[in-house]
Amino acid sequence: MSLTDDNIDALVDVMVDKLRLEIKNRPLPDPAMVGIHTGGVWIAERLHQRLGIKLPLGNLDISFYRDDFTRIGMNPQVRPSELPFPVDDRHIILVDDVLHTGRTARAAMNELFDYGRPASITLAVLVERSGRELPVYAGIVGRSIDLGTNEHVKLSGPDPLELQIQKTA
Amino acid sequence: MSKPNLQLDENGRLRHFLTIEGLNYQILTDILDAAESFSGITEQTVKKVPLLRGKTIVNLFFEASTRTRTTFELAAKRLSADVLNINVEASSTVKGESLLDTLRNLEAMHCDMFVVRHTSSGAAHFIASHVQPHISVINAGDGRHAHPTQAMLDMFTIRRTKGSDFGRLRVAIVGDIMHSRVARSQIHALNLLNTGEIRVIAPKTLIPDHARSLGIHVFHDLEKGIQDVDVIIMLRLQNERMQGALLPSEHEYFHLFGLTRERLEKAKPDVTVMHPGPINRGVEMESTVADGPHSVILEQVTHGIAVRMAVMSLCMRSQMGNQ
Repeated sequence: MSLTDDNIDALVDVMVDKLRLEIKNRPLPDPAMVGIHTGGVWIAERLHQRLGIKLPLGNLDISFYRDDFTRIGMNPQVRPSELPFPVDDRHIILVDDVLHTGRTARAAMNELFDYGRPASITLAVLVERSGRELPVYAGIVGRSIDLGTNEHVKLSGPDPLELQIQKTA
Repeated sequence: MSKPNLQLDENGRLRHFLTIEGLNYQILTDILDAAESFSGITEQTVKKVPLLRGKTIVNLFFEASTRTRTTFELAAKRLSADVLNINVEASSTVKGESLLDTLRNLEAMHCDMFVVRHTSSGAAHFIASHVQPHISVINAGDGRHAHPTQAMLDMFTIRRTKGSDFGRLRVAIVGDIMHSRVARSQIHALNLLNTGEIRVIAPKTLIPDHARSLGIHVFHDLEKGIQDVDVIIMLRLQNERMQGALLPSEHEYFHLFGLTRERLEKAKPDVTVMHPGPINRGVEMESTVADGPHSVILEQVTHGIAVRMAVMSLCMRSQMGNQ
């Protein structure tokens, strides 16, 4: 299965609608948005623009916070994280492309807390798939998919964005 | 002098960091890229990442050092490693057996990395060839041989101020090339990064005979040597390493080779002035230069932390991959 740019736009539309409601109803006054490298940043760029969020978009590379460094080691091309606003007391919308095990979101939250104490964190993902290994929950979801352990979702981009589901033997 | 392959694992990745010799452009660039990432951590409220949590790093210093030891210590702590500082009174020679005994004891405490500084050339290499396979060794300066993390932090500082294309740059190293492990490592690193022109400027007595074989241009006149250079690296006059009458006096040295504001005008208008520290003010350069707009001496210290974090985590990566 594969979803290309057009279909991804539709999923982004779904996320935009849900986020507008969430920001209004929770409420999340003057929120900041942070994308997780690499796919999360591509989605966050679109959401950030569509929602007209005033604070500049932040991005996180969670490589230094992974729990599998002792197994797979470090990639030297880690981009520096950029959070161009104070994290303290800020409502933060954390954006990733795929929520799978929950380990990336865990690492991203740890990193955010090393910058300060946010008022709240809302996780927004393009695709939520089965296979959670940690108690992590996405408040905003573009689409939910049930997949087996041998199936993988991968977002490639940034132009065009394409979502692919691959099977490994 | 050194077996370059000892530093690399079977996949060609950094395992120990002993000398710049035998490394390649890609490994040096990886270190600089990783250091770039780590330098962002200082902007965090909590200036720490959990990368080396649970690892124990031993600073094994057989020779006095403040700046190098503290930046290694800070680098290890910012990676969440536990740090042990051991200062061993310097003895003039590597006493093979007692040094090995020290090592065996530290290994028995389950340490993961040794950062070694020693007055004898080859000490870090000796230790690396005797430690258990899961331990990484980083050379923090051995005799007159090498000081590779200092060279890399200098490369990082140059890249930060002048951009990543070293081919455009003319770099001059001024001072006691003969006794300087820093200069030796810098010259190797500048060569690997394809620097346009490397110059060394020093009195004849302070330049080793083989200098020209390293692909560098030798000058004995400071004002001629720094003409149109982009970067000037001043070296410390190593009084404690100087034997015999290589120089008439410090005053005489400053008169001929001291960097003054007036002499600096021979270099490019945007020249960057570096010094590995500690500075002998009024000997290598006057204070108006050391503290002036062209100086990046304090940035070098800051960059030292990020570069050492990069070297430590890249060496550990290889160790972990082998488990």
